[in-house]
Amino acid sequence: MESLLRSEEMTLCQMFLQSEAAYACVSELGELGLVQFRDLNPDVNAFQRKFVNEIRRCEEMERKLRFLEKEINKDGIPMLNTGDNPDAPVPREMIDLEALKRNFLELTELKHILRKTQTFFDEAQLHVQASHDPSLTEERVGLLGDEQASRAGQHTKLGFVAGVILRERIPSFEVMLWRICRGNVFLRQAEIDTPLEDPVTGDSVHKSVFIIFFQGDQLKSRIKKICEGYRATLYPCPETQAERREMAIGVMTRIEDLNTVLSQTQDHRHRVLVAAAKNIKVWFIKVRKIKAIYHTLNMFNLDVTQKCLIAECWCPVTDLDRIQQALRRGTERSGSSVPSIINRMVTRMIPPTYNRCNKFTQGFQNIVDAYGVSRYREVNPAPFTCITFPFLFAVMFGDMGHGLIMFLFALYLVVKEKQLESKKGQNEIFGTFFGGRYIILLMGAFSVYTGFIYNDIFSKPLNLFGTGWRIPESKYTPSVLMQTSKFKLDPNETFLGATYAMGVDPIWQLSKNKIAFTNSLKMKMSVILGVSQMFFGIALSYLNHRHFKKPLNIIFDFIPMIIFLFCMFGYLVILIFVKWIKYPPSQSHIAPSLLIGLIDMFLFNYGKYMPESEHDPRKADEKEGLQDFFVVLAVLCVPWMMLAKPLFTWYQAKYGQFKHQPLSVNSGDLLESGDVVHNTESNGPLHSEAGVQEEHTDLSEIFIHQIIHTIEFCLGCISHTASYLRLWALSLAHAQLSEVLWEMVLRIGLRSFSSAWGSIVLFFIFQIWAGLTVMILVLMEGLSAFLHALRLHWVEFQSKFYEGSGHMFIPFSFSHIVDHGVEELA
Amino acid sequence: MACLGPKCSIYYMLISAWGVVMLAFLGLFFKIRCPALFEDLKMTEEEWEHHNFTIDFVQEKYDDSAINCWIAAGIYAVLFIFAFIQQRLNARQSYETS
Repeated sequence: MESLLRSEEMTLCQMFLQSEAAYACVSELGELGLVQFRDLNPDVNAFQRKFVNEIRRCEEMERKLRFLEKEINKDGIPMLNTGDNPDAPVPREMIDLEALKRNFLELTELKHILRKTQTFFDEAQLHVQASHDPSLTEERVGLLGDEQASRAGQHTKLGFVAGVILRERIPSFEVMLWRICRGNVFLRQAEIDTPLEDPVTGDSVHKSVFIIFFQGDQLKSRIKKICEGYRATLYPCPETQAERREMAIGVMTRIEDLNTVLSQTQDHRHRVLVAAAKNIKVWFIKVRKIKAIYHTLNMFNLDVTQKCLIAECWCPVTDLDRIQQALRRGTERSGSSVPSIINRMVTRMIPPTYNRCNKFTQGFQNIVDAYGVSRYREVNPAPFTCITFPFLFAVMFGDMGHGLIMFLFALYLVVKEKQLESKKGQNEIFGTFFGGRYIILLMGAFSVYTGFIYNDIFSKPLNLFGTGWRIPESKYTPSVLMQTSKFKLDPNETFLGATYAMGVDPIWQLSKNKIAFTNSLKMKMSVILGVSQMFFGIALSYLNHRHFKKPLNIIFDFIPMIIFLFCMFGYLVILIFVKWIKYPPSQSHIAPSLLIGLIDMFLFNYGKYMPESEHDPRKADEKEGLQDFFVVLAVLCVPWMMLAKPLFTWYQAKYGQFKHQPLSVNSGDLLESGDVVHNTESNGPLHSEAGVQEEHTDLSEIFIHQIIHTIEFCLGCISHTASYLRLWALSLAHAQLSEVLWEMVLRIGLRSFSSAWGSIVLFFIFQIWAGLTVMILVLMEGLSAFLHALRLHWVEFQSKFYEGSGHMFIPFSFSHIVDHGVEELA
Repeated sequence: MACLGPKCSIYYMLISAWGVVMLAFLGLFFKIRCPALFEDLKMTEEEWEHHNFTIDFVQEKYDDSAINCWIAAGIYAVLFIFAFIQQRLNARQSYETS
């Protein structure tokens, strides 16, 4: 019970690990995952630490592994995820891994080189073919002829450059050539139809062959520069036709040779990759573990003698035995003879908060932690949230049909838990739903229940127990019915006297004033639920005060809070029940209006609005006295809360000082000095919190704090009660929306055609209706109800007792590191 | 052969399972003349007035709607069987390829 309500008791421990056993010990602790190490040398930067080289090697290895993984993915070889969790390997195993890795890399690099040469030859061949292209040659002849004709007598030598360029670069390339050479060059280009593979990225790219004719050396150098600028590959191209053909044949044979070599390499590479794919996950895990261990070792202090490492860590008191066992195992494994030592330290630092969770409570704990991690040993609202959260959600989402859909979906997730767990990482949205599967399961189940109470299934009621209303045929004869279309049923005549056994009577669905009725019901219910949850929150604050031994807070905070809330809204809740129970159908017309009654209570305004005939002076007086007393008491609570505590502390500080001083000097100062010494030898980041617990006796600060606190609470009481009305508002919206959906969509299907066509239409309309129901009513409305339930818990409930100023216990755990990587540790 | 994709067939399986159950129940409720479904009948006040507000006319309409619902439920049952076969085919195919 105690461990459920509060976070685990933590202790700071010091560990002395023999340097040769340290690695094995830390590895064992990582498997255990119950220890949070403190960084003992935060001033030393990452590059000056002891195990920098090892970490760097790990990172290098990780890089290689990632490369391998990319290669495997590229070849579409499925990776085996065996899910087995290898132990952290001994350091020398790393060398084996590295050798293996090198083998792989060499192979892949060779493949790349080969591939690159192949593209080169491919391009060259295409290029040669392109220059064989008769049209191109003719063009050239024509061009040459023109040139020769126009410049007869001049012995000009036309040169040309040929090459291959990316297709998308052609237009700008052309423009650039034209501009720089002032139109003195002639460019021909032909597209290569088959896309070529880029050897570096492996993407397929489209390329074009081009050939540029020019005159003179200056132009040639310019063109070459432009080509370089555009990353075009230039190929030497012989001048005469015969030479070109010869070269083409030569190139062809070499391509053949290369192809055989390539395919062999590819085969070999494939085999190796398949072998690697089986192990790559395991390698990844191994490398990550090694890295995490060295990372942790870097946090340790070296002993003066360099013989052992000193570590400081937080760990749960109840698990000290297991930690000790793990250390013993680690020492044995490393073969060291000197045992590792762990001993508890006394500290005034605030320990981290560690709430032990199982897979069911984890989701709810996350909801609470998202608002703020609880202070160490503060009451943890998560166990209560397990029930109240789905319940408040369901109050807003009450519909048996929608609840059932949600429940079945969550049930599927829960039943198929094991299979879905491995797929979790792939889709973020699905992962969110999967993480909250137990929350959704409860939300769905509770919605079915509240839907049963509201008597709503897809906006239709169920008449399970027989309605409590009958229409006597003697009074409502056909002649009477003919007169008007609407009747006001008098409960004295039509109500049978026995209410519907459970939930709302289904007859209300047929009435015109259904909303007026459900509104009043749901509003009252939300006030009752809200006020009781606030009372519960204040009650939890009592547990906190008692645990932290602050009797002053009980007298000056807790008691006036309870009285204040009771005088205002506790009384209202009582009035609601009185109104429900006290007035039978015959007296229903004299039932008081609660809202006006409440306003009158605070204005001391009685008997004004009551008709004289029904005014019972004796009763009113009785009530008046009680209500006046409540109002005065509530008002008195305000100064009680605001002033009493600061005044009392002030009084104590002034007159009670001498009595308490010697004791506090003896105990407190010794601890204080110990802490100071501790601080100087290691400036951990957590030390900033060390002094927080010290009581501030600055009077004005207490005054201001208490005044703010009081105002916040008093205004909060009113605004929070009003805020709980969202339970009614959202449930109204949900019921109306589902009714509208039924009337606007499904009714079309039900009422459209009478004959066989009607069923066809119904078939299609039902699909639309079902889709809209899931999208709008279950998903959207569910999300909004979820958010409002979240708000009610974070603000309205937790503000009554929850401080949420703690810091999380983040144990050094391999299972976490394997999932999320080591970087989060740093 | 499978003419629906794996996701599509599962979608139709779910929606037709829902359709069969819900429409069958809806038909049942029409059959027992549930007053809550009165407004979903295919008739207007004038039509009823035309028939002198007889109970028989309303009951006939209830029966019509019930039969409509059951036919639609039948169509969904057929769709369910079809989608189920498709899903099995898909599963077998993916099993064979992997």
